[in-house]
Amino acid sequence: MSVPVEDGTGFGLGEQDAARFAGILARYPTRRSALMPTLWLIQDRDGHISDAAVAWTAAQLELSEAKVREVVSFYAMYRDRPQARHVLQVCHNISCHILGAQPLLARLEGKLGVRRGEATPDGEFALEGVECLGACGMGPCLQLGKHLYEHLTPEKADALVDGLRRGDPPRPDTDRDLEA
Amino acid sequence: MNQDQYRILSRRFDRRDGHKLEAYEADGGYRALKRAVGELGAPAVREEVKASGLRGRGGAGFPAGVKWGFVPQGAETVYFMVNADESEPGTFKDRYLLDYDPHAVIEGSAISSFAVGAKLCVIYIRGEFGWLVDRVQKAVDEAYAAGYLGQGAFGGAYELEMIVHKGAGAYICGEETGLINSVTGQKGQPNIKPPFPAVSGFLGQPTIVNNVETVAAVPWILEHGAAAYRKFGTEKSPGTKLFSVSGPVRRPGVHEIPLGLPFREFFTDWLGGMADGEELKAVIMGGSSVPVLTAAEAMETALDYESLAAAGTMLGSGGMIVIPARCDMVELIQVLMHFYWDESCGQCTPCREGTGWLHRIVKRLRRGEGAPEDLALLERVCDGMAGLTICPLADAAVMPMRSFLQRFRPEFEALAAGRRTIEPDSRWAREIRS
Ligand SMILES: Cc1cc2nc3c(=O)[nH]c(=O)nc-3n(C[C@H](O)[C@H](O)[C@H](O)COP(=O)(O)O)c2cc1C
Ligand code: SF4
Ligand code: FES
Repeated sequence: MSVPVEDGTGFGLGEQDAARFAGILARYPTRRSALMPTLWLIQDRDGHISDAAVAWTAAQLELSEAKVREVVSFYAMYRDRPQARHVLQVCHNISCHILGAQPLLARLEGKLGVRRGEATPDGEFALEGVECLGACGMGPCLQLGKHLYEHLTPEKADALVDGLRRGDPPRPDTDRDLEA
Repeated sequence: MNQDQYRILSRRFDRRDGHKLEAYEADGGYRALKRAVGELGAPAVREEVKASGLRGRGGAGFPAGVKWGFVPQGAETVYFMVNADESEPGTFKDRYLLDYDPHAVIEGSAISSFAVGAKLCVIYIRGEFGWLVDRVQKAVDEAYAAGYLGQGAFGGAYELEMIVHKGAGAYICGEETGLINSVTGQKGQPNIKPPFPAVSGFLGQPTIVNNVETVAAVPWILEHGAAAYRKFGTEKSPGTKLFSVSGPVRRPGVHEIPLGLPFREFFTDWLGGMADGEELKAVIMGGSSVPVLTAAEAMETALDYESLAAAGTMLGSGGMIVIPARCDMVELIQVLMHFYWDESCGQCTPCREGTGWLHRIVKRLRRGEGAPEDLALLERVCDGMAGLTICPLADAAVMPMRSFLQRFRPEFEALAAGRRTIEPDSRWAREIRS
């Protein structure tokens, strides 16, 4: 299947992403069902889903822009505007709460000089409280991109922020070395 | 007691190479799928799983074989979906299966798809498990390359396509019709049932949705037979179950137990009791949506569907949350009510408004601005929600709310009268801002 890299909406995919998009369309049974993976493809590349991306996606999948926007806004993980470079998402649900999520959040607020829900003025960090991340037994925990940091303490959170500032963050707990 | 004898699902959890195809095959992996397709045929697979009594592990506990039987005879297009949304607070067992044993999930999904006559299988993984989406996709690629999936598999006898679909952060997509709508490219809002998805689901076709742990048990059942599976567990709750345990116990994490095990024994022998000198106050047995038990009630019950129902709660997802004495129950219910309010999809007024009310009233109590009438008001709001909505999310909020109120009433009453019963321990002192 050939996919236009640029279709007049002012948005285009590079050759490689266009091939990925074609792969998605080939796998899913209808064009509409390809919507979520297409949005992920765009967000993984651009960090968010711009207006132009919405228009492009709607045209490609034969949907109205409203339908695309509706999906972007329904799901917590799709972003319609640029994000801070590092979004620290701390779980504040019950198990992590019992194990100290609030003191952890408080420490990060102090360290970054922002309150939860805000970003640092330099756009480097954002701090968010989020619901259960599926690491309840390893809490308190924090999501950063595709990975989780678990068994956190205020000290470990400090070290994480320092590491990110230096460009040398500690390894996330979900990044297991899989070679036996 | 040798706890290892109960390891059906968790056999590879402590192996570093358990996620690899070669390790899985060396353990006898994919033999059950070959036998299902080559020898048994779909009706026999359905019969075996039905005879095993395997109950769905996603929360409701409906027998898997029976559910498969609801697909209309002779249906042309059938879909199979694996629910790996796992967003119920306290629950992280499916994550272990996907992480340490993805091929067991893939083989179980393929056999289950075969049993119901599906040619497309979708594994729906919550978006927060980003690293797992990649890991499972890799394992699916391996299974394609090895000829277990895709065109030409089994000499053309059974060709199954498998999609790994990444969610994007919505608890409600764990509800099966919400999940189906999400895969369709819509908001993940649930539909009214009936029609049940087994009759009319994805793209209007019969669709079976099963939990990860449910399908992961299927290869073992085919290999060893329904009778062997029934040697574990009880008459009405056969087999083993993964419990994911959080809270200050010595050994939190995922534990596999035979159903029917007394909680007391699980707590002492498997979990090693409380850690750090903490004292047990309460237990949520099956994920945040089920009624809480006091420590005394928990100690008298056993871990199976019937015993927990008799104790006034549910097995649910097996997400066990252990609550220590230092915790203020009103504070914990505030955390939970915030969650349900945040995650309500908004379609039904009793849920959309009710969850918001519950959260606001509890929050007001905790700020010291409550009134004695607030407890009756909480109950009235619950009455206006339970059983009155499209999907059970409203009930999922009501069950913890009511049970906290009932079992820990003095803590609510004290707050309503302007007193605190539990002084925040300095180590944990905080003001929740949510
Ligand atoms: C609000 C809500 C959330 C749910 N979340 C999940 C989930 O994360 N994982 C899951 O397997 N089932 C979840 N369920 C249950 C599913 O609707 C469905 O019953 C289950 O996936 C069926 O699989 P089983 O028969 O194998 O248990 C949820 C139900 C509701 C009402
Ligand atoms: S009960 Fe709540 S979550 Fe379920 S459909 Fe209604 S509004 Fe949505
Ligand atoms: S409660 Fe924090 S990860 Fe589940």
